[in-house]
Amino acid sequence: MSQKSNALKQRNEKYNNYINTVTPMTSIPKALWHSFWIGGLTCLIGQGIGDIIKLIAPSMATDMVANITSMILVSVAILFTGLGFYDVIARQGGAGSFLPITGFANAMASASMEFKTEGLIFGTSTKLFTIVGPVVVNGIVWSTVAGLINLWILGMY
Amino acid sequence: MTMLEVWKMIGTYAIVFAVGGALCAIAELLIVRTKLTPARILVIFLLTGIALEAVGLYEPIFKVCQAGISVPIVGFGASLARGSIEAARTVGFAGAFSGGLVRTAYGIGAAVMMSYIVTLVFNPKSK
Repeated sequence: MSQKSNALKQRNEKYNNYINTVTPMTSIPKALWHSFWIGGLTCLIGQGIGDIIKLIAPSMATDMVANITSMILVSVAILFTGLGFYDVIARQGGAGSFLPITGFANAMASASMEFKTEGLIFGTSTKLFTIVGPVVVNGIVWSTVAGLINLWILGMY
Repeated sequence: MTMLEVWKMIGTYAIVFAVGGALCAIAELLIVRTKLTPARILVIFLLTGIALEAVGLYEPIFKVCQAGISVPIVGFGASLARGSIEAARTVGFAGAFSGGLVRTAYGIGAAVMMSYIVTLVFNPKSK
């Protein structure tokens, strides 16, 4: 009996060693640097778009500038997803490519494209929120809670 | 544009790059070091944004960091919370439920619309 469990242990050890040799070793500093500059660059582009809009339409409200900026970022990211450029960025960028709002858009577009073969209703339309669903649901739930708490503590007006 | 304004702008852009990059590096570190999936990390950052806005800390941070904090998902969360709080204050109880969505609808609407169009136009690349 003990011999059998020993053999099992040995087999597990062997398997774990094998897994360790097969798993690609990612150097942590390198991954951090890539996500740092790709994420930073995305934010920089966002800031640039906002500044350009302000330059074109100086009378526009700050909120509206932010809205249009995010619309442009999202649209460009989705277009890049469709053209297949975003995959190239995501392979390098790691968190730098999914934490900004562009990653949110990419997750949406790639899910909807992937399930295109299952039809526009049950494929695309159903799967559109598979990846970003948690973000949208948690966002709505907890922001509503924040609004209600704020109303409860500070009252109206 | 005066010289001072140019330097100010360069400073702002440097902060935007540094803060946005640092947030993404933190997220990457969480992926590498812990077993958290990207979806969980996104939710964590989103909730951070909502919490920052709810306690009123987001606005002063945004004044300094600008797009560095508003482009990452933290800004999306803060925007949701901001909309909900503002609507709750002006409309009342019902406003808390709609405000967040109304404020973020620009981005989400564009994302859904564009995703649909892109799906119609392009075919997924086989990997």
